[in-house]
Amino acid sequence: MKILVCISHVPDTTSKINFTDNDTQFDTNGVQFVINPNDEFGLTRAMWFKEKQGASVEVVTVGGAEVEPTLRKALAIGADTAIRVDTPAVDGYAVAKELADVVKNGGYDLVIAGRESIDYNGGMVPGMVAAMTGASFVNTCISLEIDGDKATAVREIDGGKETVTATLPLIIGGQKGLVEESDLRIPNMRGIMMARKKQLDVKPSVNATPETTTVKFEKPAPKGEVTLVDADNLDKLIDLLHNEAKAI
Amino acid sequence: MSVLVYTESEQGTFKKTAYEVASYAKGIADMLGTDVAAISFHAADAGELGTYGVSRLHNCTDAKLEKFQAAAYADAIAQAAQAEDAKVIVISSSADSKYLGSLLSVHLDAGYVSNVVELPSSADPFTVKRSVFTNKAFSNTQISTDRKLVGLSKNAYGLKENPTDCAVQDFAPTLKDEDFKVNVQSVDKATDKVTIADAEVVVSAGRGMKGPENWHMIEELADVLGAATACSKPVSDMGWRPHGEHVGQTGKPVASNLYIAIGISGAIQHLAGINSSKVKVVINTDPEAPFFKAADYGVVGDAFEVVPALTEKLKAFKAANA
Ligand SMILES: Cc1cc2nc3c(=O)[nH]c(=O)nc-3n(C[C@H](O)[C@H](O)[C@H](O)COP(=O)(O)OP(=O)(O)OC[C@H]3O[C@@H](n4cnc5c(N)ncnc54)[C@H](O)[C@@H]3O)c2cc1C
Repeated sequence: MKILVCISHVPDTTSKINFTDNDTQFDTNGVQFVINPNDEFGLTRAMWFKEKQGASVEVVTVGGAEVEPTLRKALAIGADTAIRVDTPAVDGYAVAKELADVVKNGGYDLVIAGRESIDYNGGMVPGMVAAMTGASFVNTCISLEIDGDKATAVREIDGGKETVTATLPLIIGGQKGLVEESDLRIPNMRGIMMARKKQLDVKPSVNATPETTTVKFEKPAPKGEVTLVDADNLDKLIDLLHNEAKAI
Repeated sequence: MSVLVYTESEQGTFKKTAYEVASYAKGIADMLGTDVAAISFHAADAGELGTYGVSRLHNCTDAKLEKFQAAAYADAIAQAAQAEDAKVIVISSSADSKYLGSLLSVHLDAGYVSNVVELPSSADPFTVKRSVFTNKAFSNTQISTDRKLVGLSKNAYGLKENPTDCAVQDFAPTLKDEDFKVNVQSVDKATDKVTIADAEVVVSAGRGMKGPENWHMIEELADVLGAATACSKPVSDMGWRPHGEHVGQTGKPVASNLYIAIGISGAIQHLAGINSSKVKVVINTDPEAPFFKAADYGVVGDAFEVVPALTEKLKAFKAANA
């Protein structure tokens, strides 16, 4: 089985969000970049398929040279090879178009992407790649088993979960639950050394034209002070929630 | 030309988000000088769609579409958009709508923007504001394609009445085998409970509750308020509560009217998931807990004393205001 894991290179979850160039660009100053948390669960599940079912695992990121440390980290965790599509990730559509080209030419049985990237939160890329390549698609996937060309997946739905079956090739939008949190891997020294020797191909862009553009970023308006209520005076809290906030 | 809205229903009845996306679509239709058409699957009737400005409902009653099927629904909605010559299509941000949205966007060559929080600031160029960086910022995004797909965030726009007559017509899309490559085997849904996604009020608790055996206090408070229960990440990681209740950057986003956080410190990753909730109440022993900075109302106190007392007082309040 040949697996492709799509990796998004995102600011670490504790990053302060600021903008530059007249609020048109994300300010990367002092920001640590990491593998998108949703993708990390997917990568770990791919490792399981590699170890238990003899799958090969390739990782791919769309982005400039600055994303390579993130790809190397995925190689250090155990992916076999990596591809960087050499173009900035400008919008969900353009990224999907670049990835669809990799998918069409790669003969993958399974493509694992994250439900969404924690930077732009669009949640568009996995489904778009599926639609562009004609693969089956399961989103918000929290469990995945593959037997021959059949997949059984569990997906999270509002208020519960749903078990589905699908035929390969399949693309999933994965998230927490796909593997246990405790199974997530931190690259060890040996992995890091080996990753240096692994193949990282730089592929030219198909020059996808984006469909959306950010004209300006904004930050939420600053919040007022909290109103503290004494623990012995909860009637006051109820009164505030009812009369002031109109929340109950 | 019209604005098309996909109105979600459950067992024939429209969800509240259906009326919210309809209200929003009417706002766009007014900007464009056109009307609103809706598409739904197995809706019993037009419900209150007319109240919220929908002029026509295309109702699909194909037996194969009785249960949600992302690919097939996307195909059917695309056909309705073509039949209506809709230039703008509006969907919600529910798990199902997000699932089908990306497929629909490719079918229609429609630029897609999700998590939208306001009406477009301009119809030409079409520019909408959406939340990014897990609610830590907004992006004013321009869509350059001829057709546009907008995914509206829950509770961002609210319900706006615009009474009109809504005609219901049967819609029979042409479905293909490829639409059914993913097959639902079973659904496991807690039907008697309010879900986090639909809840107006969410009562959420963290590691400060010390253990799962103390969650009855949280459930009792939630019961009085008709609220859904939720939790912080360590709580679900330790198996005290199901994963589906985990709120935050790597969990579920919450956009309720009222969010009550009990024994949760307010780490940045947790706050990222609740920023779009309207009113936030924090109960915590530690006056320095970062959550107090994000909250509207706070009680510095021990949850084991405050929560049962609050539950009793709310019961009395509800009884007096019933
Ligand atoms: C990549 C990544 C992603 C993450 N994503 C998420 C996410 O999506 N959601 C999330 O929640 N976290 C997330 N986290 C974890 C987050 O950083 C925090 O660790 C977590 O939110 C803390 O949970 P907590 O507040 O329940 O626990 P704690 O930090 O242990 O805080 C418990 C709080 O309870 C209070 N308390 C203790 N006893 C009582 C009492 N008797 N009465 C009242 N208050 C009491 C304490 O004062 C304290 O403030 C993520 C972390 C990482 C690294």
